[in-house]
Amino acid sequence: MAEVLVLVEHADGTPKRVTYELLTAARRLGEPSAVVLGAPGTAAAVKDKLAEYGAEKVYVGESDDIDGYLVAPKAEVLATLAAKRPAAVLIASSAEGKEIAGRLAVKIGSGFLTDAVDLDEHGTATQSVFGGATVVRSRVKIGIPIVTLRPNSVEAVAQPGAGAEETIEVSISAAAKGARVVDRVIEDTGSRPDLTEASIVVSGGRGMGGPENFALVEKLADSLGAAVGASRAATDAGWYPHQSQVGQTGVTVSPQLYLAVGISGAIQHRAGMQTSKMIVAINKDAEAPIFELADFGVVGDLFQVVPQLTEEITKRKG
Amino acid sequence: MNIVVLVKQVPDTWAERKLRDDDKTLDRDSVDAVVNEIDEYAVEEALLLKEAHGGEVTVVSMGPERAIETIRKALAMGVDKAVHLTDEALHGSCAPQTSLALAKVLGTLEYDLVICGSEAVDARVSAMGALLAERLGIPQLTGARKVEVDGTNVRIERLTDSGYEVVEASTPAVVSVVEKINEPRYPSFKGIMAAKKKPLTTLSIADAGIEPAEVGLANATSEVVEFTPRPPRQTGQMIKDEGDGGVKLAEYLASQKII
Repeated sequence: MAEVLVLVEHADGTPKRVTYELLTAARRLGEPSAVVLGAPGTAAAVKDKLAEYGAEKVYVGESDDIDGYLVAPKAEVLATLAAKRPAAVLIASSAEGKEIAGRLAVKIGSGFLTDAVDLDEHGTATQSVFGGATVVRSRVKIGIPIVTLRPNSVEAVAQPGAGAEETIEVSISAAAKGARVVDRVIEDTGSRPDLTEASIVVSGGRGMGGPENFALVEKLADSLGAAVGASRAATDAGWYPHQSQVGQTGVTVSPQLYLAVGISGAIQHRAGMQTSKMIVAINKDAEAPIFELADFGVVGDLFQVVPQLTEEITKRKG
Repeated sequence: MNIVVLVKQVPDTWAERKLRDDDKTLDRDSVDAVVNEIDEYAVEEALLLKEAHGGEVTVVSMGPERAIETIRKALAMGVDKAVHLTDEALHGSCAPQTSLALAKVLGTLEYDLVICGSEAVDARVSAMGALLAERLGIPQLTGARKVEVDGTNVRIERLTDSGYEVVEASTPAVVSVVEKINEPRYPSFKGIMAAKKKPLTTLSIADAGIEPAEVGLANATSEVVEFTPRPPRQTGQMIKDEGDGGVKLAEYLASQKII
């Protein structure tokens, strides 16, 4: 069976869940080969988990240059592996993932597709476009299909693979060392999960009325083990960090549950959350467009409903 | 410091956007067209850098004839001159082809920085800065919420999921910006009038040295196989809070095995 390359997303010594989703999707197309790129010592911590989700091979490319420079080194290493003509290359649809995919596509003369929400055994991708109004099926016509897959789109299913480790020589060209990462700053999100990967997202919008009230959203999120998002109105007003902005020009999420608090549901916001499996909304305006999407909607004052909801969830979880 | 800023004309997000039935490309004719919003932030950043460091700003846009409206807006904001790459043969070009065409145009210009928006709201591929850096063989400084220039050194703050990275490169480089970077100016009446007299070069693909086989729908690296309107979501349940809305919602979440 043909090899399918999966670029491993990892943080703090563990693969991110999207990696397992990518490996699961890769099995539809062929034999998954996980590609671990990072600083020396990265692979030892993650490779067993990769085999649990079906990686037959684990390519290990370790070098300080991988993390030391922006995007280009990863694309360069993947291009050398692509010389073996894999059936496809799958990458997580993060900001960086899309950029790696694009650079790789140019390097190897292939097409690439971003933000897929599904992928079939022929490599045809499903995408949700125009703020979720249209569902498109696309395919790469030229070269090796390179596809980035949105987190939470495919259910990760464990299936043991051989996980045979193969070290790859990492020698990054001078051209790929143009953009030096001189510092990485983590802005505190506490112990909450990553917005893009979380299975539950609680977002606040204009209805929050001010930054101080986001504590309500945070408490609700914490009662559910959820990530916190915000609408553009809220991030533009400076009530919540830009990294948390859900929607067009922000993050696109696809969680099991999306809980919109005080968000009207403008098209720009819907573009970032419409593929959520379940949508719940709390808004005082019964005409708010968010209710058109909601599986369950509460028309009411969020300052009453949210604390009560948080308390009830905490009580039930006991 | 000479800067090229890239702008794209896109269908208005508020309009009912669709794909064409005949060739499955974006229908650009039936809806209102606007400047891709983030590109206005790119123009603003180019103008701010010019004001601080001197030099000239050139706007480059690839698109059909009407994209001239988008170019005029950039000129009215204060950009010095413009290049419009327009040719029937470009219709339906994919992202890699578009980057190739833009790189060819950039090859005819002198620049220290190329600045673009991080994402166009029509196709949302969100990788043009990276594609251009790859094509041009120059550093990629993308996703910037802050840009600082010191001589030939450029330093950005790049947004990440959990914070930001500080990334540095030497010019020439490609920078892409996010919309939190600045507040774009409105064109003044004087600016709008002046825009009409600013130099505008219109290029065909032949003028830019682009081969017909390198661009266009027939040669695109990917294609839309089919498209359908999203099936409407099933009408959900709505309740009015009568003092127990939070409890009712918790009951619903419990019934759905969420809690």
